[in-house]
Amino acid sequence: MVQIKSEVEDNFHKIIIEGDVDASSSIYLDQAISTAIESGIKNIFIDCRGLNYISSAGLGVFMSYIDEMSENEVNFIIYGLTEKAQNVFQILGLDQLLKIVESKEKAKELIA
Amino acid sequence: MNYRFKTSCTKQKLKEIRDFVTAVLYKYGLSEIETNKLVLAVDEICANLIIHAHGCNPKESIELLINVKENEGVTFEISDRGIGFNPGKYQEPSLNEIVKEKKKGGLGLMLVKRIMDDVEFKSDSRQNVCILYKKFKPC
Repeated sequence: MVQIKSEVEDNFHKIIIEGDVDASSSIYLDQAISTAIESGIKNIFIDCRGLNYISSAGLGVFMSYIDEMSENEVNFIIYGLTEKAQNVFQILGLDQLLKIVESKEKAKELIA
Repeated sequence: MNYRFKTSCTKQKLKEIRDFVTAVLYKYGLSEIETNKLVLAVDEICANLIIHAHGCNPKESIELLINVKENEGVTFEISDRGIGFNPGKYQEPSLNEIVKEKKKGGLGLMLVKRIMDDVEFKSDSRQNVCILYKKFKPC
């Protein structure tokens, strides 16, 4: 089960993930990111502090937006990954293709 | 030591499979990261079977057998009676292809191959079995 919340804060759209993003729940993450892009906001943060588990279905969602984000000049930043979730991004080197930082503060520094 | 888990082919069962694998591995003192990786590999194979071989049909089932040899390694055998997977036809996509084609799939088996020491697919007239092996790292 996953809970996805979207919030608009200052100049960024924040998507908060809590729980497990797997083959049964990745669709909700997909919808949240798609809605955020459609809103036209140029800074999208993904708060992963509550992300307990991510499988390839969730990684695939992030990967599928990489081109669109860069075409639309959207700053897409993931923060707050636990060590085990970060490790999953590292297995295939996806941490090199996505912007991943430790905290919301670091993410804000990147868009300042 | 052997552990067995049988479940129906719905995506909602993936969480139960993960919880089962986590509980088994917990007894052997693996680190959280190592446990998560092995759970991920099993989850990926089970998700592929449930979705692609069984079309999420709750009347069909898959079975997981875990064999742990303490201080040696762990073998996962995932068996089913769906459409067999032909590893000969599988060509690993590049990350670039996945990004360019905006494909949301294709990463699962890549992860499994990176995580496990050995990945084998066997099929006979009765069933298909995927066998995953991982040697434990000495503490």
